[in-house]
Amino acid sequence: MRATVATPDETTRKPPRVSSRRLTERVFRIRESGIIVVLVLFVAVTVSIQPRFASQQELHFILANTTVFALLALGQTMVVVSRNVDLSVGSVVGLSAYLSASLFGKVHGIPIVVVFLVGLAIGLAVGVANGLMVAIGRVPSLVVTLATLYIVRGIDILIVGGNEVVAQTLPNAFIQIPRAGVYGVPYLAIAVAVVVGLGAYYLRSYRSGRELYAIGSNPEAARLAGIHVGRRVFTAFTVSGAIAGVAGVLWAAQYQTVDSNAGTGYELTVIASVVVGGVAIFGGSGSAVGAAIGALLLQTINSALYVLGISPFWDQAIAGLLLLVAITLDRVISLRLSAALRRRSSGVGT
Amino acid sequence: MSEPSQPRTPPAPGDGRGAALPSLLHRAMRWETGLALVVVAIALFGVAVSPQFLTPSNLFNLGVTSGEVAIMALPMTLIIISGEIDLSVASTLGMSSALLGYLWARHWPMLAIFVMVVLLGAAAGLFNGVMVTRVGLPSLAVTIGTLALYRGIALIILGSNTISNFPAPYSTIGVLGVANTDLPWNVAIFAALAVIFGVVLHATPTGRSIYAMGASPGAALYAGIRVKRIKLLLFVTSGVVCALAGVLWTFRLSTAVQNNGIGLELTVVAIVLLAGVSIFGGKGSIIGVVLAVLAFAGLQDALLLTNFNQEATGIVTGGLLLISVFVPTAGSAVARSREWFRARGRRAPSVIGAGHE
Repeated sequence: MRATVATPDETTRKPPRVSSRRLTERVFRIRESGIIVVLVLFVAVTVSIQPRFASQQELHFILANTTVFALLALGQTMVVVSRNVDLSVGSVVGLSAYLSASLFGKVHGIPIVVVFLVGLAIGLAVGVANGLMVAIGRVPSLVVTLATLYIVRGIDILIVGGNEVVAQTLPNAFIQIPRAGVYGVPYLAIAVAVVVGLGAYYLRSYRSGRELYAIGSNPEAARLAGIHVGRRVFTAFTVSGAIAGVAGVLWAAQYQTVDSNAGTGYELTVIASVVVGGVAIFGGSGSAVGAAIGALLLQTINSALYVLGISPFWDQAIAGLLLLVAITLDRVISLRLSAALRRRSSGVGT
Repeated sequence: MSEPSQPRTPPAPGDGRGAALPSLLHRAMRWETGLALVVVAIALFGVAVSPQFLTPSNLFNLGVTSGEVAIMALPMTLIIISGEIDLSVASTLGMSSALLGYLWARHWPMLAIFVMVVLLGAAAGLFNGVMVTRVGLPSLAVTIGTLALYRGIALIILGSNTISNFPAPYSTIGVLGVANTDLPWNVAIFAALAVIFGVVLHATPTGRSIYAMGASPGAALYAGIRVKRIKLLLFVTSGVVCALAGVLWTFRLSTAVQNNGIGLELTVVAIVLLAGVSIFGGKGSIIGVVLAVLAFAGLQDALLLTNFNQEATGIVTGGLLLISVFVPTAGSAVARSREWFRARGRRAPSVIGAGHE
C-alpha cells in the first residue's frame, strides 16, 4: 500500500533513467553476488571442518541433485517474475517421470529421445491448461495451480496404482544421463547451466522476456503500455509446464525407481530456491541465474550437513531458516535501494 | 501533468473480476446457497453409492477424519479475508504434535504439556505475524519459510521416534464421542470455534475491520484501523488453533511422529477457497466455510465407500476447487476466451488474475 501512496514520485522520478538503471544493475549484482558469497563461505567452512567435502564424488552428487531443481527454478522464475506462481510442478514431475520411464518396459528398444518428447508433451499439456485458465479465466494462479497440483497427482495415482518403475527396466544409456561427466561435473549439469543461461538471457534481453518483468511490476501499467499480458503469462506457464515435464524424465534417470510419490512437495522446494536466489515473490525482479544458484545452495546445504555428520533431522529447519534470512535480506536491500533512488531523484531536482 | 488514471490504483488486484458485480451480500448469498445445494447433492450421492453412508458409525468417521482440517480452516479464513495467507498451519500442527509426544515421553504432567504446546503455537504464530507486519514481508514467502522451519523443528524434537503410549481418556477421542454421544470431540470443538469465529468475523468491529483491510488495505489504514496489530493477532490465533489441532490429531491417531499432518496446508487452503473466500481478501463467510467443510468431508467419505482409489481423491478436490472459481465467472470467461482466440495482435485480455494475496 505504501507503493501506491508513492506513485506520484515514481512518475517524476523517471528522467534520470540511465543512472537509475546502473544502480538497479548494481543491486542485481549485489543480490547474486550475495548468494554466491554465502555459497562460497558455506563450502569453505564445510571443507575446513571436513576435507572430504571437497571431493569429486561430492561435487558430482551435489550437481546431479541440483539439475532437476535448477531446471524447475528456471520455469518458476518466468512465472514468479510475472507475479504468478506455479504450484503444479511437483505433480507434473511425478506424472511425467512415471509415464515416460514406464515406456522403456512397455515398448522394447524405444529411443530415449522419444521418451523425453513424451515427458515434454505431458508437461506442455498441463502448462497449457494452467496458462489458459489463468489468462482467460482470470483466476488467480495460486488457485488454478493448487487445483492442478491435486488433479495431476490424482491422475498419477490412478495410473500408477501400486506399481513402480524399477531400475532393471531402464536402459543403461538412460541411467547414465545424469551420471556421465568429467572431473566430477556431470555433462547434464553443464547442459542445464547452458539452458539456464539462455533462459536468463532471454528474460533479460528479449522484448517478450522483459515484458514479463513489466507485468510483474505493475500488471495494469503493463496492459496500458500495450503489452499482451494474457499471452505473456500464458507463455510463462506453458514453458514452466514443459520444463517440469522434461525435469520429470531426468528425475526418473536420476533416481530410477519411480512410484506415485515422485516429486511430491517439490513445488515448495522450487519456490524456496527461487526466492533464496533473489527473485521477488511478488514479481518484477530477479534472475533465472540467481534462482539456479539458489537451488544449488539448498542442495549444497543438504549435502554439507550430511558430510559434517550433523543429523539429517536438522536439514529442513536450516533450509527454512535460510529462506527466511534470504527474504529478509532481500527486503532490507530493496528498502535501501528505494531510499537511494529517492535521494538521487531529489538530488537531480525538478 | 499527473496521470488521470491514478485514483483507481489502490485496490488493484481485487477489482480485476469484481467490476460488474451486483452487491457483495447478494453474491455471497448466492454462493452459499449453491454450496448448500452441493452438500445436499453429495449427501444424495453418498446414499446412492452405499446404504452405510447415513449410519451413525459412518457419520462419526466422516466427522472425525476431517475435524482438524476443519478447525485449521477457521483462522485461515480470517487470514485470507484480511489479505494474507498462512501456509505453515500443517507444520505448526506437526510441531505441536512432536512437542506433545516429546514431553509426554519425559513424563511431564498432561496439563503442563498443554500449556507448553499452546505457548509453542502462539510463538509460531507470533513469529509469522512479526515477519509479515513488522518486517513487512509477503506472508506467502514467510509462511513457505516457516512451513519448512516448523516441520524441521518437529524433526529435531522427535527425530525418527514415534510416541504412542498416551493414556486412555485422551487416546480414545478417535473412537468415542463427547459424553457417550456420536459427536466426535474434534467436531464438537470445530462447532464451538466456528460459532466464536463467526461472531467475531460477522458481528464485531474487528470482524468488519478484517474485511476492510482485505478489500482495500490503504483505505483501511486511513480509516484508522490498526491493520498491523489485527493481522498480528490473526497469525497468533492461527498458531494457537493449529497447536490445538495438533493435540487433537495426536490423540486421535494415538501417535506423535514428526510428519503428522504433512501437506495438509493445501487442503486447508482448498477448503477455504471452495467456501467462496476470495484469495485476494475482503470476501467470504464462516457459513461458507462450514458448508465447504461438509462438502469436502462428505465427498471424501462417499468416495471411500465406493471402490475409487482412496489416494486419488485429490482429483475431486482439485476439480471442486476449479469449479468453485470458474462458476461465478463462467459467463464472462466464455466471452473473453472468444475474444482471446480472435485477438490477433491488438487487444489481449486485460488484467490477469495476478497476485496471490
